[in-house]
Amino acid sequence: MIEFPPGLILVVGALLMCFLRGSAWKAASLLLPLATLWGVWSVPDTPVAVPFLDYTLEVVSLQPATRVFATIFSLMAFGGALFALNQDRRVELPAAFVYAGSAIGVTFAGDLITLFIFWEMMAIGSTIVVWSGFGETARKAGMRYVNVHLVGGVLMMAGIVAHVLDTGSIDVVNLSSLDSAATWLILIGILINAGAPPFGSWLPDAYPEASESGMVFLSAFTTKTSVYVLMLLFAGTELLIYVGAAMAVYGIVYAILENDMRRILAYSIINQVGFMVCGIGIGTTMALNGAAAHAFAHIIYKALLLMSAGSVVFMTGKRKCTDLGGLYHSMPITMWCGIIGALSISAFPLTSGFTTKSMISDAAAQEHLMLAWLVLTAASAGVFLHAGIKFPWFVFFQKDSGLRPPDPPANMKLAMIFFAGLCLLLGVYPQPLYEILPFPAPPGEHLYAAYSGAHVVGQLQLLLFAGLAFFVLLPMLKRTLTITLDFDWFYRRFFPGLWLHVGLPLLRVLAPLHTWIITGLPRSAVAYFGPNRARSSGPGRLQLGIGPAVLLLTGFLLLFVLLNLLDPSTVPVR
Amino acid sequence: MKLEDPKAIRLAWIGFIACLVVLLLLDLVVEHHPHFGIDGYFGFSAWYGFGTCVLMVVGSKKLVGLFLKRKDTYYDD
Repeated sequence: MIEFPPGLILVVGALLMCFLRGSAWKAASLLLPLATLWGVWSVPDTPVAVPFLDYTLEVVSLQPATRVFATIFSLMAFGGALFALNQDRRVELPAAFVYAGSAIGVTFAGDLITLFIFWEMMAIGSTIVVWSGFGETARKAGMRYVNVHLVGGVLMMAGIVAHVLDTGSIDVVNLSSLDSAATWLILIGILINAGAPPFGSWLPDAYPEASESGMVFLSAFTTKTSVYVLMLLFAGTELLIYVGAAMAVYGIVYAILENDMRRILAYSIINQVGFMVCGIGIGTTMALNGAAAHAFAHIIYKALLLMSAGSVVFMTGKRKCTDLGGLYHSMPITMWCGIIGALSISAFPLTSGFTTKSMISDAAAQEHLMLAWLVLTAASAGVFLHAGIKFPWFVFFQKDSGLRPPDPPANMKLAMIFFAGLCLLLGVYPQPLYEILPFPAPPGEHLYAAYSGAHVVGQLQLLLFAGLAFFVLLPMLKRTLTITLDFDWFYRRFFPGLWLHVGLPLLRVLAPLHTWIITGLPRSAVAYFGPNRARSSGPGRLQLGIGPAVLLLTGFLLLFVLLNLLDPSTVPVR
Repeated sequence: MKLEDPKAIRLAWIGFIACLVVLLLLDLVVEHHPHFGIDGYFGFSAWYGFGTCVLMVVGSKKLVGLFLKRKDTYYDD
């Protein structure tokens, strides 16, 4: 039994890792996540509270979705650490652990202040992970990344402060009525982190600039913590159905146009999180269970896909589809693990996507939300198109790039095989996952039966005919050396350009005016009213004696006092 | 046999199309529970999946790409 947030095992452990070297470092990097996993299941059922200023913070509080998210976050930290075991960056892994531990801290938060503190700690950890990609592009991308998250953080903090002022309470409550500016601010703050368009472009902008192992960590925590917090505060908010559907489609469109394989996978994170956000918007127990289960499965197969892509980057140094192809010749394990990840993200029967994601579509159908259901179904087909086939096809098959790199080092292979195994295990035996979902089935009943004849046949039809569309349209899908402009264009090009080409020239034109105001105006005042010049100057100058000067001063004083009187903050309340 | 071999590619196509046909025929066998009506039509998932994918590819490449596509050195200073 532990009486502190289990995420702190990772956070504090990560900070202590700086004293370790060699095998002690490696042992710590594998044991800390496992210790955290133990901690997640060892906290008491009753909340642990600590006093803070005038408030009581519930730093350990089991919410319905806490355990499923905290469990996968711990597992993810373990798998990511295994994948990163052979790399020699000293800061990336501890930063990733601070990031993961803070995400776990969010899932245990029983009040808004605790939630916000861990939320902001995640931004610090993840920014350092982005910077650990090294190089100028990673530095700049990290800067943009942290700026976006600071803006999101301030919005969320403003919302929380306003909410606490309104209600006097820091408790986590459902805010789905969206009846105050405070709740809107909180919602927008969360949606920025979730990657919802138009604010989601930070994700494909920053993540692919991290290292091979860095992006594996990044893919898991920020967006899924947002899903957790949305589920906690905004379950059943109708707006989220549309936001989620838009995210699902947006991710596909941009992924289809993308050439960088890790950016393809970054866009598909937004697509997948769209399903979860949609589920949270629907808000029934089945939809919320589906969103949580999908988050669990998604973290595993997305990490697996990024491990596969990361292995390719690690062995070849290349990341563009135009430079890759035909790697099946020499990287069979990476290829097979990539394919298992690709089938899982596409929700093929016998993989984890099939037993989890379909819960959300089924919930939409049960609620007779036809539009949502049609969009989600189209998006399911589109997932197979942009991630399920496109990623493995252009990297491992298509044309022969002539590259013959071997599979990556043993620890990277092991991490991939571990996660590929989990994908298949959850596909054939999802019951252990179903049991820890937010709303477990009543005793003796099944929570969800994914495997019905109609469901299997329908899903296979959807996916294989999407595959047919891919191969029929292959000439149109040919890779090009292009990127697609996204919302980040506004802060990377539009506003800097506006400043450079409009703001700055305008200021330069106005420079004489500015100079006159700060130097010329006082000088002419002195020339007019000053004692020496006034006496010595010729006729035509205004001659002021003591009396008029005092009058002038009194005039200013009156103006000042009047203005002060009109200051609204001095008006007594009531 | 290498996968780049035209023979292998033709074989893969034949296998693939056979799978598609079998799946369509299976539609007649399984018991459906349509929620909206439209999903009760024969082979709904098949034609809906194919149609929406064509739409998404053409829409992305021809419409969105037309306006928002740039050289990948666009942001390099």
